Amino acid sequence: MTDAAAPPAAGRFAALRRRLARRAREERQTPIVPPGNVAGRALMTVIGIMTFLASLTVGAVTLVADTASAWQSQISREITVQVRPDDGLDMAAALAKVRATALATPGVRSAEIMGDEATERLLEPWLGDDLDLNDLPVPRLVVIAIDEAAPPDFAGLRDTLRIAVPQASLDDHRAWVSRLVTMAHATVVIGIAILTLVLVATTLTVVFATRGAMSGNRHIIEVLHFVGARSGFIAAEFERHFLKLGLLGAVAGGSTALVLFYAMGRWTALNEATPEADQISALFGSFAIGWTGYAGVVLLVATVGGLTALTSRLTVTRQLAAIDMISPVER
Amino acid sequence: MIRFENVGLRYDMGPEVLRDLSFEIRPQSFQFLTGPSGAGKTSLLRMLFLALKPTRGLITVLGRDVSTLSRGDLPAIRRRIGVVFQDFRLLDHLTTYENVSLPLRVRGKEEASYRQDVVDLIKWVGLGERMKALPVVLSGGEKQRAAIARALIDQPDILLADEPTGNVDPPLARRLLRLFLELNRTGTAVVIATHDFGLMDQVEARRLVLADGRLQIYD
Repeated sequence: MTDAAAPPAAGRFAALRRRLARRAREERQTPIVPPGNVAGRALMTVIGIMTFLASLTVGAVTLVADTASAWQSQISREITVQVRPDDGLDMAAALAKVRATALATPGVRSAEIMGDEATERLLEPWLGDDLDLNDLPVPRLVVIAIDEAAPPDFAGLRDTLRIAVPQASLDDHRAWVSRLVTMAHATVVIGIAILTLVLVATTLTVVFATRGAMSGNRHIIEVLHFVGARSGFIAAEFERHFLKLGLLGAVAGGSTALVLFYAMGRWTALNEATPEADQISALFGSFAIGWTGYAGVVLLVATVGGLTALTSRLTVTRQLAAIDMISPVER
Repeated sequence: MIRFENVGLRYDMGPEVLRDLSFEIRPQSFQFLTGPSGAGKTSLLRMLFLALKPTRGLITVLGRDVSTLSRGDLPAIRRRIGVVFQDFRLLDHLTTYENVSLPLRVRGKEEASYRQDVVDLIKWVGLGERMKALPVVLSGGEKQRAAIARALIDQPDILLADEPTGNVDPPLARRLLRLFLELNRTGTAVVIATHDFGLMDQVEARRLVLADGRLQIYD
């Protein structure tokens, strides 16, 4: 039974082996553009460094953008009402009225009067620890938690509160949020500008490297011309060469950046309680660039590889036009 | 096949190095191009294989006026012309096999379709043992034969050879000459630039003699 089953399987295996052997033989053909030289390695290193820097920029931009949106949603979950002291104002009654008014408004989840202790703690850095709130005309706060999904009408709430307690003013933190978000957006714009510059620099480096490689391999181009190669064939050979270099450099640079991000994320996660990590967390949250950041870096690697190939192809095509003009100029 | 009419060539603003050349390379013809060193043989060959444009006169190659050719037309014409360079122009990082098969590779042919032909030709020029050798380890004569094989591999209509026996001993030179004659019998027009009179005396063939930039033809 096994004997009967063996021949077809063996035949398939032999056919596969023949196919692989043929492919291996075809691939064994040496590339027409010499694969390795010093200029190639230098270009690969430059592309690697450029991709590393660009990946860091992508990561930083993602981080800042994510952090900005986190700030925005965290802050918008809470608003505060400030009640300023005034002659003849019964602060406790005013605070209770504000709380009641707020709670009566749709979209408000809870309203808490900031107690004396909490207010004292808040003012301690400025006024010291022996503070008596009754001696000082200190504004008091009511913290209102809002329903993010169905937020209250801020303008209506503001007016209602002002009518109920003229000394009350609503602070929805929008000024803060908009400043923070503007700053974060500016950082993102700067990041994108840096990214663009890095990509332009990479492109120019590839242009110079391609020109260098072409003048270094001019004898090869001439031979290819005389054996009847079309410009498209020669350009494709150079393109393949540079695509390989570009992809290797970009993958090296991109993966170094990814490892760095991952390591930083792990480090902050493991050291959450330490002051250093606290500082980083205060700024960047968990310091995780998220899947968008990782996807951005992968996209960047592919872009750099593709850009390298495209740039070299365009450069080669243009240079070939100059080389292959039959003209009365001796080599 | 190739026709020159009152062709002149000068480099930059210098004097004319070739003057009033008028001749024709006919299909299936065999000729030597000769003359003293510096007479302009290589320049004439370069014009024949479309590496140089004349400064005056008319060159017609395979029925096309060279002055009207565009860059895109050149590969198709060059594929019908085999060239053996004096300095071989083998690619140093490719093996003998890869150098010889280069013209077929650039035509986009599958390696399996030409492998045996290339191997046979390499064996025929006596380089069977050097199939995988790189040019740096080949002797002058071996490079010469590899260069000849590369020019012949796609059975060109015209073969132009610049001093093809300059680096080989007399027996091998005779063998190469027989190779060229056999190629000629199969229909390829052959032009051999040489100043080896010993070689030329072995064959009754047309001689194009260059001297002082002018050409004399001895049929």
